[in-house]
Amino acid sequence: MDKPLFEAIQVSKTYGNYQALTDVNIAVQTGSVFGLLGPNGAGKTSLIRIINQITAPDSGELLFKGKRLNPNHIKDIGYLPEERGLYKKMEVGEQCMYLAQLKGLDKREAKKRLRLWFEKFEMVGWWNKKVEELSKGMAQKVQFVVTVLHEPELLIFDEPFSGFDPVNAAIIRDEILDLSKNGATIIFSTHRMESVEELCDSIALINKSHKILDGKVTDIRKQYRTNTFQMEFKGNILSFTTALWTGFELLEKWNDGEHCKVKLRILNNHTVNDLFAAVMPVCEIISFQEIIPTMNEIFITTVQQTNQERAIA
Amino acid sequence: MGKIGLIIRREYLTRVKKKSFIIMTILGPLLIAAIGIVPVWLAKSNETIRKIQVLDETGISEGQLQSNSNIIFTYLNSSLDEAKENLKTSDTYALVYIPAGQDDNLLVTQRNIKLFSREQVSLNVKVYIENQIEKQIERALLKSQGVDKELVASIEKSVNVNMKTIPLDESPAKDASYDVELSTTIGAIGGMLIYFFIFLFGAQVMRGVIEEKTNRIVEVIISSVKPFQLMMGKIIGIALVGLTQFLLWVIFTAAIYSTFMNTVVKEKYSADKIEMLMQNSPDGTAVEDIDEIIENQQLFERVNSINWALLIPAFIFYFLGGYLLYGSLFAAIGSAVDNDADTQQFVLPITVPLIFSFVMAQTVLNDPTGTVARWLSFIPFTSPIIMMVRLPFQVEVWELVVSMLSLIAGFILTTWLAGKIYRTGILMYGKKVSWKELAKWLRYK
Repeated sequence: MDKPLFEAIQVSKTYGNYQALTDVNIAVQTGSVFGLLGPNGAGKTSLIRIINQITAPDSGELLFKGKRLNPNHIKDIGYLPEERGLYKKMEVGEQCMYLAQLKGLDKREAKKRLRLWFEKFEMVGWWNKKVEELSKGMAQKVQFVVTVLHEPELLIFDEPFSGFDPVNAAIIRDEILDLSKNGATIIFSTHRMESVEELCDSIALINKSHKILDGKVTDIRKQYRTNTFQMEFKGNILSFTTALWTGFELLEKWNDGEHCKVKLRILNNHTVNDLFAAVMPVCEIISFQEIIPTMNEIFITTVQQTNQERAIA
Repeated sequence: MGKIGLIIRREYLTRVKKKSFIIMTILGPLLIAAIGIVPVWLAKSNETIRKIQVLDETGISEGQLQSNSNIIFTYLNSSLDEAKENLKTSDTYALVYIPAGQDDNLLVTQRNIKLFSREQVSLNVKVYIENQIEKQIERALLKSQGVDKELVASIEKSVNVNMKTIPLDESPAKDASYDVELSTTIGAIGGMLIYFFIFLFGAQVMRGVIEEKTNRIVEVIISSVKPFQLMMGKIIGIALVGLTQFLLWVIFTAAIYSTFMNTVVKEKYSADKIEMLMQNSPDGTAVEDIDEIIENQQLFERVNSINWALLIPAFIFYFLGGYLLYGSLFAAIGSAVDNDADTQQFVLPITVPLIFSFVMAQTVLNDPTGTVARWLSFIPFTSPIIMMVRLPFQVEVWELVVSMLSLIAGFILTTWLAGKIYRTGILMYGKKVSWKELAKWLRYK
């Protein structure tokens, strides 16, 4: 887990006057699921295209397994772009064979693997159908199969769940987790933060061409902890508030009919034990938990923060 | 098979398997043959017979105006007013009135000849009647100078000049004659074919690129191959489709044409029939027919006088060169736009040189070795059409070499430029692109 499968070092890219990436560094560990996050137009797609060698960076270095990224690595990378499509007039089987061969698979191997995947996804009957006869979801499945068919070491999914209904999205999510379990390294670009928490080991957050945050998901969430807790109790809410001393800040309070609930922050060097000691005499505690910020909240706060900093500068 | 080979194969097979390709392959030769056959057939079926009445007060026509297959002369002896009345009601097409002059001066009389008709007389009919009357006046004038009428008629029939032009630098041993009419025809057909092929298949390249872009498959593919490979694969694949179609057309056209010649023409001019005509016409009325027959028999010889060994490879070279030059530009346009409707502003400027050379082809045909012709055959944007027009005539070797080299340099330059635009364009969506923008893309790394 120590040696990164893929590394981008000080990568910059401009299109004319438009700065797409500025000195971006990322390292994707072998076997991990890496989330590439950022608002629209941040530079995610530019970076992904550079990894796929669709475009070249203006400066910076790209390493795949410690070697400079070169055209021989194309067969080791699978890419599912956000904007995806197939030849509408071409038959499904023929098209899969074509795309597989472009990735370097020979004919017989491509056919063998396709048969397995077609059975797995229950699409055996589609082989001789034209793509235009398929529904959008069906075409997406075909596209997914084509992306992973050559069993690349690095898989790049750009918004893989868009266009899938919840059932199929779950199937695809399970497949991605399966691929990860079998050793594939995955770069995963999305806006859906709940799937980031579910799938990703580590992330990089890009905003306005700069990387503004990266690291392991668990570390980042811990780092963004605000010492905020939620407590549920039986008792009088007024006496609960008066029992708190200056070491705690009450953020919210409400009554759900049966119990009282509060959200509060523990200030300075005080501990949870101090809190308990203070309020136990006036109420009966039912539940207590720390509120760790979601990736969604972290995403929004950091992006807004850097935007403000940039605006001031 | 390399990746570019895979792309060429797909581009070729998907197009050749299309219904439209098969239909065009069958219809094309029929259309070409129709262009050759229909006018002949139309001319035959459209022969309405026109009655022309002649009121000749001078008597110079002597009842000798020659009717032909669709103009029949009849002679009147009535007065002009009667004849005009008659013309209103009868099925006569027109009335020729040759008034008697004050004196017998025919040169004065000829200016007073009139043609009356209910409707506008067609130019063909007018010219034919004028020719006939001129002939009679000529004969009358010759006769008045003491020349025998029969002698004049027989001389007129036997005089028929048809020069062979022989280029000086040909070795005399070959005794090659050099056929201007046929060269002109072949030059015109060759230039026209190149023009249509470049347009037809260049547009296919453009539509193919737009299809990939709007289908959004392009990003999937260029994660496996270089954009330049995809572009060249498409261009080459479609070139092969073009060559296949051309070859099939040549074969089918030849088959249809030879069938037509065998059944219709051969019957008319069979050897037996020539023999028969010769024997049955001691008076020489069949001479014109026999001339026509001999001319047709000479056609084989004439066709052989054309340097096919140069023309056919040159056609393939100029087709491919011109197609690569324009096809890559069409690919660049296709990559820069989001749909067919946006292509107009870019297609027009690019096709102007193509249309220009098509228009200039007429000038070049009139003077195939002139300065204009020479320069236009050096410029790669015009040379494919212009050189095809010139080639059936004598073109010096150095000119051909310069023209070919400049075409090669030309398409290398345009494919290089197109590759740069294409690379950026295919990934660019929802942006109205201007020429300025395209120039910017050329500078991207």
